[in-house]
Amino acid sequence: MSHVLLLAHRSVVRTLRQPAMVVPSLLFPLLLLSINSSGLDSATRLPGFPTDSYFQFALAIAFIQGALFSANSAGTNVASDIESGFLNRLSLTPLRRVALMMGQLTGILALGLVQALTFVAVGLVFGEGIAAGPGGVVVIVALSLTISLAFGCIGAFVALRSGSGEAVQGVFPLFFAALFLSSMSLPRNLIENDWFQTVATWNPVSYMLEGIRSLVITGWDGEALALGFACAGGVALIALAAASSALRTRMVRT
Amino acid sequence: MSAARAVAWRNLHNWLTNPALFIPSLLFPLFFFTAFAGGLSRVDSVPGFNYAPGYTTFVYGFVLLQAATFGGIFTGFSVARDFESGFARRLMLGATNRGGIVAGYWLSALGRAVGTIIVITMVALLAGLEVHGNGLDVVGLYTLALLMNAFAVLFGTGVAMRLRTMQAGPAIQVPAFLLIFLAPVWVPYDLLTGWVQTAAAVNPVTLMLEAGRGFLAGDPTKVLPAFAVVALLVALTLLWARGGLRSAERVA
Repeated sequence: MSHVLLLAHRSVVRTLRQPAMVVPSLLFPLLLLSINSSGLDSATRLPGFPTDSYFQFALAIAFIQGALFSANSAGTNVASDIESGFLNRLSLTPLRRVALMMGQLTGILALGLVQALTFVAVGLVFGEGIAAGPGGVVVIVALSLTISLAFGCIGAFVALRSGSGEAVQGVFPLFFAALFLSSMSLPRNLIENDWFQTVATWNPVSYMLEGIRSLVITGWDGEALALGFACAGGVALIALAAASSALRTRMVRT
Repeated sequence: MSAARAVAWRNLHNWLTNPALFIPSLLFPLFFFTAFAGGLSRVDSVPGFNYAPGYTTFVYGFVLLQAATFGGIFTGFSVARDFESGFARRLMLGATNRGGIVAGYWLSALGRAVGTIIVITMVALLAGLEVHGNGLDVVGLYTLALLMNAFAVLFGTGVAMRLRTMQAGPAIQVPAFLLIFLAPVWVPYDLLTGWVQTAAAVNPVTLMLEAGRGFLAGDPTKVLPAFAVVALLVALTLLWARGGLRSAERVA
């Protein structure tokens, strides 16, 4: 346990003390939020749009975008440990693989917490508040951390499979594709193109967005929250298992 | 001339044979086109959105200029990479006319933009692009895009030749990104609100987008101001790139 804590402490410190990891993951989502909410505010005039403020609608995107940066950071950190030989040395310790992975990903959770609190604060200051109230803020943070963990595990999996930071960077645009091909810009029932609506319906990112969005706009919506947590938790579990398996393969080769 | 040809050929060859360079430059505009034209098409039902050729064509007008601009920006990255690897220094020692080096980078950016635009246009036509303009409008549209490409590559080259490192990437990309996205990207200018409308009012890209979309709709709009502004930007960035070349010469 103490080994895991040491790894977790190292992971938090190395993530939070790198401005290149923290600043863009806060700045870019906020910039996109600001541009989107002014650029697409007229979309709220569409019949059936759930709110009259596009800022409220778009706030959820910032959480997902921040989590995508987490995936990149997690992958880059793990790849750097592989390239420097640190992971090889860890393989000599009796640590369980899942525990080792969780230790490595603690920094991403810390970054996710900073992001979630920042985006909630921005939502409270510049928006119309969180419809679900203070309890909703806690649930938003919890869902946001689950999403960060899910994407962080995917980043770590890519790094462990490839062993290269460059490969992690190469996969980064695919994460953004997942965000753009979701209900990011419009609610699913207002997406006009059938094929896009189908892709967005199959895309788990849509449900992560809708989970956060429900708390911001409508209040407590059990179905949206259950789907949001199920998708984020499911992706996190699958990716953690895949990363753990990739770690075993890598350690066997060491 | 031979230096320009050699630099252009080398860069185009690198671009076409290196998937890490080729795929993102092609995928990003396609990706924006798909995401916006597919996901936001309902926006054309918003009261006040009056664009006869439809939302797919409206988005194509943006993606075309974006692809042309980023063709130039990505070439700016190539200039920075050439300096970081030491290749540019050897090139400067070998070239009789160093202005030809900048011309070569510009030609390669032009080639990249033309290649990307062909692919995007084919995809857009399959997706329902409607060109209501005549032949002259189409020539105007693509001339505008290629002038944007020249502006972007000259700006990127100027930055890359001054900083001479790949770390110049954000300094090249971020201003271009802001210029492109602080314009009427998703809806016409009149439907923008807040600070983005204020920014779009003074952003030269707004003029170019409106002119480009006017050409596509067969209703040329703000043509002279758009061409005047883009010509001015090309002239200014030409001076900027020449200054960058002088800066690089001093350390070569």
